[in-house]
Amino acid sequence: MPDIEKDLHTEHMVINMGPSHPVTHGTVKFLVTLDGETIVDLKVEIGYLHRGFEKMCENGTWQQVIPYTDRLNYVSPLINNVGYALAVEKLIGIDVPERCKYIRVIACELSRIADHLTNVAAGGLELGAFTAFLYFVEARELVWDLIEMLCGARVTTNYVRIGGLKNDLPEGFSEKTRDVFKRVRVLWKDVDHLLTKNRVFIDRVRDVAVLPADEAIALGFTGPCLRACGVPYDVRKAQPYLVYDRMDFEVPIGDTGDNFDKYLVRMEEILQSMRIVEQALDQLPSGPINIDMPQYRWQSKDDIGSRIDSLIFHFKTVIDGIKPPPGEVYLAVEGGNGELGFYLVSDGTGKPYKCRVRPPSFPLTAAMSRLMKGRLIADIVPTFDMINMIGGECDR
Amino acid sequence: MNASVTLNRLAERFPGSIIDTHSHRGDDTAVVKREDIRAICAFLREDEGLLYNFMMDLTAVDYLGQEPRFEVVYHLYSLKYNRRVRIKVRVPESDCFIDSVVPVWPCANWFEREVFDLYGVSFNDHPEMRRILLYEGFEGHPLRKDYPIKKRQPLIGPIN
Repeated sequence: MPDIEKDLHTEHMVINMGPSHPVTHGTVKFLVTLDGETIVDLKVEIGYLHRGFEKMCENGTWQQVIPYTDRLNYVSPLINNVGYALAVEKLIGIDVPERCKYIRVIACELSRIADHLTNVAAGGLELGAFTAFLYFVEARELVWDLIEMLCGARVTTNYVRIGGLKNDLPEGFSEKTRDVFKRVRVLWKDVDHLLTKNRVFIDRVRDVAVLPADEAIALGFTGPCLRACGVPYDVRKAQPYLVYDRMDFEVPIGDTGDNFDKYLVRMEEILQSMRIVEQALDQLPSGPINIDMPQYRWQSKDDIGSRIDSLIFHFKTVIDGIKPPPGEVYLAVEGGNGELGFYLVSDGTGKPYKCRVRPPSFPLTAAMSRLMKGRLIADIVPTFDMINMIGGECDR
Repeated sequence: MNASVTLNRLAERFPGSIIDTHSHRGDDTAVVKREDIRAICAFLREDEGLLYNFMMDLTAVDYLGQEPRFEVVYHLYSLKYNRRVRIKVRVPESDCFIDSVVPVWPCANWFEREVFDLYGVSFNDHPEMRRILLYEGFEGHPLRKDYPIKKRQPLIGPIN
């Protein structure tokens, strides 16, 4: 045997996957060093979607940041909107009305459902399960219809405002949501039957990208990928914001952290998020959705058109921007992929001095080389899907 | 008070290294000396009463016109005690270096590269100190306050 190997041509081969490759959902490049089909080394190159998010934020007013946050994690933009608005409200030291909090919870969870549906759908598709993809894309389409009903856009939502919301829930939203969830649950069952016990799917995802819990923590994992490793850390439970402490929901955890566990955690979270939305709709109080502080949130258009003080405040907040007191805050929310943190520094002017996003998929993407060393090249496909790197968020 | 446990422990252990502390809006914050950052981070991670096992975020802020100019900001989280703390270190422009915390938390690797890329603060003993979001050959550090927002640079091809 050693004689045969001596004559074989066994140099390592370096190949580029990406930046534009069917496997790389975002625009990202893998530099893979291969020994046959085994990965010896994998380097990740990111930055292809870098747009200078922070620089743009620092040169606009505090409110003008909100449309930019849509484009961070564009699969669950409402969570980004909510996270940013909550951080600015913490900086100012204000609390929004109850009804606003409930609607924000509904918006966040609808986004999370859409995020996980997309992720599982794409994961199935890449392993050949085209039917599962179609079913979940139908489900996502229905959830997006709800989001469109809520704020008029499917992806670039721009719905949350500092100190309130753009508009209240539209008429018939509650009934429509319950109808949609009936259909989504049927589709969820179908996909569950198609994938969870599917031999082909399991062979490709089980025991791939296993990670011990302590290593996952050291690598900065959060969200479904961390929970798949068996660590029950969820910002919604650990440090409840909005009204998550009043909601009854479970945090699913996995065991080994392999791709199959990540898939199962996401599947369960879809169900839990639907439970949260239903509870929030049941408990939804009446009342205002905007805070009554015209220096931070402008008043209704009727008031602005008829009252001079409202008009002045409107003019001042639009031209100068709102002015949070000097200081710094960090606020984290549970995004689709994990802890989405905002670190804001105010110098007391109408523009953010610093607007930093802690993107959950940044450390996850960094861990790709650790997860993939020694595995087969074909394992990159399901692993990168389950990591769920979102270019807009990772590269900012 | 639960909130200041971390700051008290830090002040006990490193009395000479803490320059300033505050808890604005409930966020515990300590400004520490640059030389001691790695020792403090290792202490925060290992101490039985603190156990900050997550390094959630690492970034920098450019306070142009102040001396020292830059501030490197660490956000830590302790899973066991469900606490957060913010550690800040001032770094002067003339000597733009700080010790890397990659030996303490491996996930600092990419975060530190990002700070180097966008602010130009270098990290000692970092395993791979090069740009991450921008390309090799990009001139300047765009998140510095004196980098003009409208400045354009030609996008060059890959350097091989």
